[in-house]
Amino acid sequence: MNATWSRFNITSIVLGFAFLYLPIVLLIVFSFNESKLVTVWGGFSTKWYVSLFHNQGLMDAAWVTVRVGVISATVATVLGTLAALTLTRYTRFRGRVLFSGMVFAPLVMPEVITGLSLLLLFVAVGLDRGFLTVTLAHITLTMCFVAVVVQSRLVTFDRSLEEAAMDLGAPPVKTFFQITLPVIMPAIVSGWMLAFTLSLDDLVIASFTSGPGATTLPMKIYSQVRLGVTPEINAACTILIAVVAVGVIAASVVNKRREVQRQLDEQAAQRG
Amino acid sequence: MSNAVTAVSASPAANDGKSVPARLGEAFVGRLVIIIPYLWLLFFFLVPFIIVFKISLSQTAIAMPPYTPVLDFRDGISGFFAGFGELNFDNYAWLTQDALYVNAYVSSVIIAAISTLLTLLVGYPIAYGMARAPAAIRPTLLMLVILPFWTSFLIRVYAWIGILKPEGLLNQLLLSTGIISQPLIILNTYTAIFIGIVYSYLPFMVLPLYSALEKMDHSLIEAAKDLGCPPTSAFWKITFPLSLPGVIAGCLLVFIPAVGEFVIPDLLGGSQTLMIGKTLWNEFFANRDWPVSSAVAVILLLLLIVPIMLFQRAQARAQEQDR
Repeated sequence: MNATWSRFNITSIVLGFAFLYLPIVLLIVFSFNESKLVTVWGGFSTKWYVSLFHNQGLMDAAWVTVRVGVISATVATVLGTLAALTLTRYTRFRGRVLFSGMVFAPLVMPEVITGLSLLLLFVAVGLDRGFLTVTLAHITLTMCFVAVVVQSRLVTFDRSLEEAAMDLGAPPVKTFFQITLPVIMPAIVSGWMLAFTLSLDDLVIASFTSGPGATTLPMKIYSQVRLGVTPEINAACTILIAVVAVGVIAASVVNKRREVQRQLDEQAAQRG
Repeated sequence: MSNAVTAVSASPAANDGKSVPARLGEAFVGRLVIIIPYLWLLFFFLVPFIIVFKISLSQTAIAMPPYTPVLDFRDGISGFFAGFGELNFDNYAWLTQDALYVNAYVSSVIIAAISTLLTLLVGYPIAYGMARAPAAIRPTLLMLVILPFWTSFLIRVYAWIGILKPEGLLNQLLLSTGIISQPLIILNTYTAIFIGIVYSYLPFMVLPLYSALEKMDHSLIEAAKDLGCPPTSAFWKITFPLSLPGVIAGCLLVFIPAVGEFVIPDLLGGSQTLMIGKTLWNEFFANRDWPVSSAVAVILLLLLIVPIMLFQRAQARAQEQDR
């Protein structure tokens, strides 16, 4: 390989990652700023974290967000997995084109359209805006992401495993739970995590579909950001980033370990 | 072995041991796998669009909900058909007459197109560098690209406010190093929107590019080099065409949501910049005009229907190839 090319490659990677991470790093650094001015360093302090935990409005919003996230991610994971199975296993049924359209379109649909249309649906059926409507909206959005993640695992799935189980007399439902599900489990877990973080992050759809008493954390952060940048918001953002980063890194470590274990098992099986 | 297994299970003999009700039960479970997500998406994704369209044809009223009912089944089927006479297209006429909306649509498409191009220019070298990196560190690099995507969109946009403000970190740096003598005005301009979109959507561009470039057979480049092809023309003749599916997928993933983007123009663009997502939001939340915001949404959807269908075709094709 040409040396100048690889130097060019390294430079572009370093610059690219600097661009991706510098703003986040700066935001975290300034959450520990003593000064109230977010852009002038006044010494190290954790006082904004203390005041954050005394901010009842933010804490309430955080609690609402976590509940919406857990419930919607769980339901979305079930629905998304079913949708992924439909997409990969049932290649011919009436309305399949429409179905795959409805799975893929929400991935790129501008959030203002999804939010507005869901709100109008809830009004049309007479559902009061609040906790339930945000949760339903988030299920709809995130199940499509789960479907894509699980589907990408299912297409590489070795179906002869299922066939072997069924030949040995296992009924299809049992085969699914004992063979298929364990194999695609890592994808389902990362689908759940993706759904949870998407729900945690969503501002636009939540703003349309939420009602009084169901203000989520992004809505709260947004309304404060509009009034100006404060170190307290930096602190709230830092905690959110930390939660997500720890979750993602932990999941990938667990996945990696499982992968190594599986390879060891396979080698042992081949030797034995 | 696996061939034999397939052959056996494909033959009807494999099902012989089962009773008819058991087989019917399984067929029912199989049907449920399709029906449950299907009905959910029909009700929560497709039906809402029909309602948006319906309400875009109604009139604003001071009530809750703030529009006059149209095409209502409450008067029975005949009432429904009689309702066609009452439809009004005033909202659409209003959108074409008021320059604000036309300008907002046009500028959204232009902003999204420019930012998509910029994202491609920034993302391509990163994806290329990643695909050429030693295989051992590639998963780590991939993870580093994905990680910001998991971090809140709102937070990442918010982080730029502190950097781009007139008294922000970028201006402090440039002023203290003497590169500029007057602070640059970036926040609340279109430049800030471009930076915001490129930054927020970069992972969406890098990931499909990387997966296209990683699959590429590097010996093609070496063959070209051996035959005397200079690196630049080898890139344009081999690498770029082969990465085209990734380029298309990445561009669509950036362009489509960017056209309707709200958070970035709202937080970084200020009140002077014009984008349709922001217009729709203001129409809905500030003016409480549900019929007009529905009409704005319908036209936005019509604008995006072609790119969305292209995206779907690309997804379906990728799925076929994986099989």
